[in-house]
Amino acid sequence: MTNAVMTPEPHITVRNLDMAYGDFVIQRNLNFSIRRGDIFIIMGGSGCGKSTLLKHLIGLMAPARGEVLFGERDFWKADTVERERIMRRFGTLYQSGALWSSMTLAENVGLPLGEFTDLKPVEIRRIASLKMALVGLAGFEDFYPSEISGGMRKRAGLARAMALDPEILFFDEPSAGLDPISSKLLDDLILELRDSLGATVAVVTHELASIFAIGNNSVFLDADTKTMIAQGDPKTLRDQCPDPKVRNFLLRGELEGKPKPEVRGAPEG
Amino acid sequence: MTVQSSERTRVIGREAEISLTHAEPGRLLLRLAGDWKLTSGLPTAAAVEKQLESSAGTSSLTLGASDLRDWDSGLLAFLVEVQELCRTRAVELDPGDLPDGARRLLRLATAVPERKGARRTQARPDFLTLVGTESLALWKSGEDLLGFLGEALQSFGRLIAGRARFRRSDLIDIIFECGAAALPIITVMSFLVGLILAFVGAIQLEQFGAQIYVADLVGIAMAREMGALMSAIIMSGRTGAAFAAQLGTMQVNEEIDAMTTLGLSSMDFLVLPRMIALILMMPLLCIYADLMGILGGAVVGVGMLDLSPTEYLNATLSGVSLTDFTVGIIKSAIFGVLVALSGCMRGIQCGRSASAVGLAATSAVVTAIVFIIVTDGVFSVLTNALGI
Repeated sequence: MTNAVMTPEPHITVRNLDMAYGDFVIQRNLNFSIRRGDIFIIMGGSGCGKSTLLKHLIGLMAPARGEVLFGERDFWKADTVERERIMRRFGTLYQSGALWSSMTLAENVGLPLGEFTDLKPVEIRRIASLKMALVGLAGFEDFYPSEISGGMRKRAGLARAMALDPEILFFDEPSAGLDPISSKLLDDLILELRDSLGATVAVVTHELASIFAIGNNSVFLDADTKTMIAQGDPKTLRDQCPDPKVRNFLLRGELEGKPKPEVRGAPEG
Repeated sequence: MTVQSSERTRVIGREAEISLTHAEPGRLLLRLAGDWKLTSGLPTAAAVEKQLESSAGTSSLTLGASDLRDWDSGLLAFLVEVQELCRTRAVELDPGDLPDGARRLLRLATAVPERKGARRTQARPDFLTLVGTESLALWKSGEDLLGFLGEALQSFGRLIAGRARFRRSDLIDIIFECGAAALPIITVMSFLVGLILAFVGAIQLEQFGAQIYVADLVGIAMAREMGALMSAIIMSGRTGAAFAAQLGTMQVNEEIDAMTTLGLSSMDFLVLPRMIALILMMPLLCIYADLMGILGGAVVGVGMLDLSPTEYLNATLSGVSLTDFTVGIIKSAIFGVLVALSGCMRGIQCGRSASAVGLAATSAVVTAIVFIIVTDGVFSVLTNALGI
């Protein structure tokens, strides 16, 4: 957090963004910026468009309106070469790991290195082993993705995302499907990466424990109004957000005075 | 005896019944009796609706469940319907002595209001709309194919310029998979096709003692048409479908997204090696299929028509020209492109579910076979016009 205060310039800026699948609008009028060194949480209830927003940030989906800026560059106005150069500075951890199933873990981690650096195969292998050791997978270099557990696949995916020492790391639901201990370890790893690599991190999640453990900035998407209804430090939002919906979400629905479900037309028995 | 019969009624159960009575003016009593289970037939709420309509002054409806026995979501579905009827008519619904569980479930079913706009309206489109959307879809799929072809060509351009990136080991694996691994099925199919051609020809040609021409018939047919066509159709079912399924599954697992965000072109990485492999292997498979077919013909010729192996070989050599083989081989290389293109295109376009992968595989085979047959037809016309 001190990091964010020291270097407050925005790393990623989203301006007037509308997201839509064809005519079906998911979210409109999103405006926020992610500062360098932030761990930025994208949160909201299921189906509100969190993952879709992530797809817009990593360049997989073009916005229906508005812009996504990296530093000063508008991603969607840049040409293909420029866009690829921006994308190469990202690392993305997909929800299920998205490891290439026909390659071993070391080959998965090494592929981006082989493509974008002039390293020799031996060196690539050594760096791949190092990255895998960083995520606690030393010794699993020659395993195929189908031979390891879901949690390990996620960590291997992270090792691949870190392969090119990216400036920005994106995480799509990092703790989904992990047990509490593994998900805590992953949170610690995310903090560690931010502190040691100085990376900016954007995380899509609705895991409250992680949100409070790692996040220092956030945006809350709402499915009913189809726009963002809060932004800021999740801990502050929990205690001070004027919108009860956000506080209720961050308090796991334990907010007092929440509307009680009622049988219409029948008195409560 | 009596015990037995009561036992039986317990097992069979009592049918679900409703009765509607006016307890006092403006108050309707709806009594539920018997077993309200999904497995036995259930009354509809139509009777309640009729009653509510006929007695306009009703202001409240009380449920009576003293005779209600077993129940499950069948009862619940009925109650939700009744509740909706009451709501639209501004009639107060009193749950009365409804079991506690049913009351709680009913509350749960209506706790979260329906998300507006989420329910799909099933408006049946009229004939003209249907024709319109279908034509637009067809136009779109043509555009898609051309777009994909263009990207593939660009990718080839990068390959020639030495800038295309893919893994050599992938290419070798795919070459094995669509080359050597396909030999058994190609052997069986083309041998049998040659055999069948020879049989059909022999019956006709034997009638006027021209059975030696079976060798020409089989040789020319295999070399020009059947070798290329049969191997292409086999490969579209075997390899084209596999390509679509592989790439489709990669799409479902976000593996292709992972490639794109790393700045790796899925065209170079996934489509190009598959295309190269098929372009290299299809002509070889075609030559092999030609020879197997001729061998099949020879088995009939030697075994059934009393031709000697040398006679058959000589007749084949003099009857089949190099041009016939060349036409077949060129065609097979083009068929290879078509099989690889349609397989990869359907795989890359695949949706994000298991059923989408199945559809992608099916549609890859259909697309490939249609294109193969059409191309073959165009080729026949062209070679005929050019006198080749």
